[in-house]
Amino acid sequence: MHASLHLPGAAVILGLLCVAHAAGCQDRDQPPGLRPALDATPIASASVHRPDKLSGVSTDRRDSLGRPIRAACVTCHSLRRPDALPTSTAELDEFHVGLRFEHGGLSCASCHVIGEQDTLRKADGTLVPMRDAMQLCAQCHGPQLRDYANGAHGGMNGSYAGGARVRNHCVDCHDPHVPAFQPSMPVLPPRDRFVAAPGTGEGAHR
Amino acid sequence: MTQTTRRVALKVLGATLGASAFAHAMEPLRAWSKDLSLDQFLQRHYKELTSEELAEGIRRLERETREEYGREVTIRDIRPQEGVQFGYALSLSVCIGCRKCAEACHVENNHDRRTNNSYIRVLEMDQGSFDMEKGDATYEHAVPAKGKYYMPVQCQQCDNAPCVKVCPVQATWKEPDGIVAVDYNWCIGCRYCEAACPYHARRFNWTKPEVPAGEINPDQGYLSNRIRPQGVVEKCTFCLHRTREGRMPACLEACPTGARVFGNLLDPKSEIRWVLENKRIFVLKEELGTRPRFFYFFDV
Ligand code: SF4
Ligand code: SF4
Repeated sequence: MHASLHLPGAAVILGLLCVAHAAGCQDRDQPPGLRPALDATPIASASVHRPDKLSGVSTDRRDSLGRPIRAACVTCHSLRRPDALPTSTAELDEFHVGLRFEHGGLSCASCHVIGEQDTLRKADGTLVPMRDAMQLCAQCHGPQLRDYANGAHGGMNGSYAGGARVRNHCVDCHDPHVPAFQPSMPVLPPRDRFVAAPGTGEGAHR
Repeated sequence: MTQTTRRVALKVLGATLGASAFAHAMEPLRAWSKDLSLDQFLQRHYKELTSEELAEGIRRLERETREEYGREVTIRDIRPQEGVQFGYALSLSVCIGCRKCAEACHVENNHDRRTNNSYIRVLEMDQGSFDMEKGDATYEHAVPAKGKYYMPVQCQQCDNAPCVKVCPVQATWKEPDGIVAVDYNWCIGCRYCEAACPYHARRFNWTKPEVPAGEINPDQGYLSNRIRPQGVVEKCTFCLHRTREGRMPACLEACPTGARVFGNLLDPKSEIRWVLENKRIFVLKEELGTRPRFFYFFDV
């Protein structure tokens, strides 16, 4: 069915049918025709967003347009190779000072590799490029990975069918160093008549 | 569903409300632009419009939006797709109550700016409680709060919809893809449907919606996010102007936690089907027999 739709001949015939249909269907006592269904779910055309934070850190500087300037990891790490990975953020005294870390009982070396700023190490010792960080997260977060693989975890943008989709990467939503969502103020306080004090809200009973 | 039915209903409404209240309810009629005839105001029901009448109605609405709101907009009549039945699911384990979904709805659907109107009400609930009537929609503190969980509620697009049954003029009905739609030009504003909806999903336009020209979403659907007139009822349509073309609803794209899953219930490979088949699912007020298309689930 779908394949035949790609034939130009079929398209022309369908087009003519539609014209004929529209002409014969001026009166809408009959329910108007349905649109043909879109292609099935585009798992194949789904791509995963690649967050900036996998390749650099933000600095306190801004460019002429006011956007924060980011520095690639390699900017500093090509000049200086740390001697050893600290066991906790409290030991950071020169770089990354003040980094907050609340991610179970992990230490820096649980994920990071000394001198390899663009690489992560899994528990079994395998090295994975930073951009594949999801593999690292997946080692411990199996249920989330399963749900992600089935489209039931993680935000996305684009199409549910018939088009492209960009899916969030784990670190789009979770700070890997502090993965839990931090409390923040909600937006759009409601001001409808259900929630205002009686008689005061916009559109209150008059 | 004829012209007569609606006129009769208007008369009955007039008799019920009394003369002065009726005059008040009919106030918007006096605000007609000069070139809007009575026939245009009393245009036929959406389902009975010929394609020409519909096109003419759309041109008129586009012109009115230009004149009254100062914005060029495109209004389209987007039909349901064959073999598509919409379903929506939301993970209560994940939602943090940030109301970004409600805000996205506000923007996408050209809601009145003064009232912060949105088709989504996010309820703050006590952990362990399931009674949505006890939920609080007015919380103003950092979320997620301790001991609470969050339950966004919008139209559940019921298969057995109480709002559709009570409408005296059939201004609201179930579309073939499961969306409960409203003909804003046919609605007489009696608000029976608002009273009938167990999910408080319907909103009434007490005043003419105020939206600054620059904030109007110009991509509009005849049955969805075109600017609604004063005095009619409106509701969530699962963003049918987006979803009937395969796009995600605005609230889903805005959700920073990925709590929302949308799709075609008839597509066995869809995410929504996976959720329904693999998660612990419940629907709100199941005991009422409304058969919602909106599902809540927990991560296990
Ligand atoms: S307010 Fe609701 S019940 Fe009344 S006419 Fe409009 S859609 Fe129908
Ligand atoms: S945007 Fe997502 S997380 Fe925020 S309240 Fe809505 S459903 Fe919940």
